[in-house]
Amino acid sequence: MNDLEKRLLNEYQKGLPLSPTPFADIAARLGTSEALVLKILNRMQETGIISRVGPVFKPKRIGASTLAAMAVPRERLQRVAEQINRYEEVNHNYEREHRFNLWFVVTAPDQVHLDRILAQMEHETGYRILNLPMEKQFHIDLGFSLWC
Amino acid sequence: MVLSEQDRRLIVEIQGGLPLSSRPFAVVGERIGLCEQAVIERVSAMQESGIIKRLGIVVRHHELGYTSNAMVVWDVPDERLDEIGNILGAQECVTLCYQRTRRLPDWPYNLFCMIHGKERDRVSAYIDTLVEDQGLHDIPRKVLFSGRRFKQRGAKYL
Repeated sequence: MNDLEKRLLNEYQKGLPLSPTPFADIAARLGTSEALVLKILNRMQETGIISRVGPVFKPKRIGASTLAAMAVPRERLQRVAEQINRYEEVNHNYEREHRFNLWFVVTAPDQVHLDRILAQMEHETGYRILNLPMEKQFHIDLGFSLWC
Repeated sequence: MVLSEQDRRLIVEIQGGLPLSSRPFAVVGERIGLCEQAVIERVSAMQESGIIKRLGIVVRHHELGYTSNAMVVWDVPDERLDEIGNILGAQECVTLCYQRTRRLPDWPYNLFCMIHGKERDRVSAYIDTLVEDQGLHDIPRKVLFSGRRFKQRGAKYL
């Protein structure tokens, strides 16, 4: 990654200018052209380094979401993970080193929909879900520091 | 802030990202029948009211080389939750810090934080230092490193 790319990532994970031409504004501040900024962002999106340029919503303010975990025998994990992945409502799904070894985030338009999906997942996979809804947020979400 | 039908259409339109073009808000507006200025005003209102936490580039840690990700879970006495939550949430390399519901007897942990790093050893060392510096030895914790990543994409809220 070159300096311009690093600066883009470090400085614009928040505070996208709310003007008609946000990318031109960013380019002006970084001393480059709008075309180059757009080209870099497009390429990063294509290669998957960035998922998008857009909003991160505060949980609980719109829709309903939860962190769910399952304890799945090792040899069945891949298959159960695939079953979970098929749900549109799932956006993150990871294996983790614990008896509860499958961890996924489920997001739905409302609580009723969310509860229905969780019940359906338990029924389909045959494993109980540990449902861990968020109660309070402590971190200050400024995006991710590339120095970590 | 109460979301109107128009706001919900706007959220559906932008939750997957803004178009990477010169006039992204104008493009979004065209799709949902709002003028550019109105889109900017509504997004700005959502940001002010806190519905939108931040607006900008959303990175994918794994693709950036941050392949080691640890979810650290803590069993914090209720009366110390705010104090410790605020300490952990303010650490530069802690990307998320949430209180979540305990589920006894299976799950005693009520505070979750996420730490991303390029190497597992460095993440472990970072956690050790954090525990040491902040005097958190007496708080039971577990470190759950990630294994396979089965899915990762932005959330669809509506």
